Amino acid sequence: MDWEALWLSLKLAGWTTALLIPLGILLARAIAWRRFRGRAAVEALIALPLVLPPTVLGFYLLVAFGAVSPLGRAFEAVTGDALAFSFAGLLLASLVFNLPFAIQPMQRAFAGIPADLREAAWCSGLTRWETFRRVELPLAFPGVLAAAVLTFAHTLGEFGVVLMVGGNLPGRTQTIAIAIYDRVQAFDNAAAGTMSAALVLISFVAIALIHGLSDRRGGRG
Amino acid sequence: MAEGLELRVRQRAPIPLDAVFACAPGELLALLGPSGSGKTTLLRIVAGLDRPADGQVRCGGARWFDAAAGVDLPPQRRRVGIVFQHYALFPHLSALENVVAALGHLPPAERRGRAARLLESMNLAGLEERRPGELSGGQQQRVAVARALARDPAVLLLDEPFSAVDQVTRRKLQRELARLREEVKIPIVLVTHDLDEARLLADRIVIVHRGATLQAGPPDEVLLRPRDADVARLVDLSNVFSGTVSGAGGGTTLRWQGTSLEVQRNPGFAPGERVDWVIPSRYVILHRRDRPSRGERENPVDGVCAQCLVLGDTVQVALEVGGEATLHFNVPVHVARRNGVEPGARLRVSLLSEGIHLMRPRSHQ
Repeated sequence: MDWEALWLSLKLAGWTTALLIPLGILLARAIAWRRFRGRAAVEALIALPLVLPPTVLGFYLLVAFGAVSPLGRAFEAVTGDALAFSFAGLLLASLVFNLPFAIQPMQRAFAGIPADLREAAWCSGLTRWETFRRVELPLAFPGVLAAAVLTFAHTLGEFGVVLMVGGNLPGRTQTIAIAIYDRVQAFDNAAAGTMSAALVLISFVAIALIHGLSDRRGGRG
Repeated sequence: MAEGLELRVRQRAPIPLDAVFACAPGELLALLGPSGSGKTTLLRIVAGLDRPADGQVRCGGARWFDAAAGVDLPPQRRRVGIVFQHYALFPHLSALENVVAALGHLPPAERRGRAARLLESMNLAGLEERRPGELSGGQQQRVAVARALARDPAVLLLDEPFSAVDQVTRRKLQRELARLREEVKIPIVLVTHDLDEARLLADRIVIVHRGATLQAGPPDEVLLRPRDADVARLVDLSNVFSGTVSGAGGGTTLRWQGTSLEVQRNPGFAPGERVDWVIPSRYVILHRRDRPSRGERENPVDGVCAQCLVLGDTVQVALEVGGEATLHFNVPVHVARRNGVEPGARLRVSLLSEGIHLMRPRSHQ
């Protein structure tokens, strides 16, 4: 069992979820309620990681992170470190390939809130922020929870993009999914088996958690 | 009127609006019109949820909206109480918390007590901890009214508040509204498409059609003496005709389909003038076959029964007069049977002169 790789995966998944959920709430809310030009294009762009081969997505991200790209150069200028093959690069890539998993459940949840509930809140004197906190967020919570768990679990399991962008540097970019591949390549099936079982277990618990929690909330509604 | 509600809006797009109305404190004003007429939009403009291109909204002496001056207060600063058509209660909060949510202007320690008293005054004591999903339609509506009143509003807005409940509950809630308006001395604006509801509850009615306010006045005036044929049709008066005023003799008479009709009230039309006129069906009296009846000699009109529709205890009769006009009136089923009212029968009716109302003809005719 490669504890270092598991820890790295958990760290990556945790950071991705923590950053992507607040950002995703803003984006999902806007897509659910606002009518703006190019909304269909934005939605398509967000869904793209679902259908693209991870290698294609990884390739473009690698190019964008490279030492000659504006992003890569800016990152290096600020941190003195390369973006490609680093944890920061991995995190950035993770935010991108998790967009559909985070946005789509939350978008559905926000779209399901009738417009007159928000208007009733405003007419009751609640500010926009209070309306968000006391009406929108509690009602959209099952969607937010689903988004968080899906993002977390999907990050743990992502392989292609991580390999393309992060390479396979133990302790830096070698996540558990890569470590499993690494072990298999080295004919170490016992270790690969243990780690695979751990991943299955974590994923199963995560998905069961969403269903359990949303069932309980639904039952009380 | 400084303390009441005044609205004046005008715009061409996205939907054309041309509306003016006022509602005094303690007055219940019904915005009456068919679905899609824009009455809900007018209510939303008062609440600050929709924004007209041009106009003003003032309430309680405060200016809420003034396009020319660039004033546009958000709903949070308008002190409106609004009851939405489907109530829009917060489904995740209890009845009490729904009301507490609208009490942000009170110190936190006083909110729950005040909310409980409001619910109690709406006959909801004991249901404070229920969520909206666990309340009946009528109870939900009362929670919505309690929440609307919680803010101590300067105006109460009701958007078709009785449309989502059954008939029995509707009557009960309507009685409660009648009682409530004795207690709260603020302007109340009720949006409805139901004539009976407007007549039952409102002090004044404003007819709204295609975003325009066509006529305002007490229910009897608007429903019996519409301004023109458009309003007449909107208030479900089907006997709308055209005729010519003639001044022969003492009073005004009306030439119509070859007969002369006496008219009691003439709002100033000169002899020879073309007018539209309307008679509510209850002023059309069927003559009995066997013996003379009330109003026998008053404006007798002959016709051929074109259609009889039995609706419960009454028969709706369509009577063809002079080949081109059709008079509609109702008679009880037993009267229809006794007098041989059936399609093809020749019938005589009286048009009571007190019910005939003359109107300026529509300009496009």
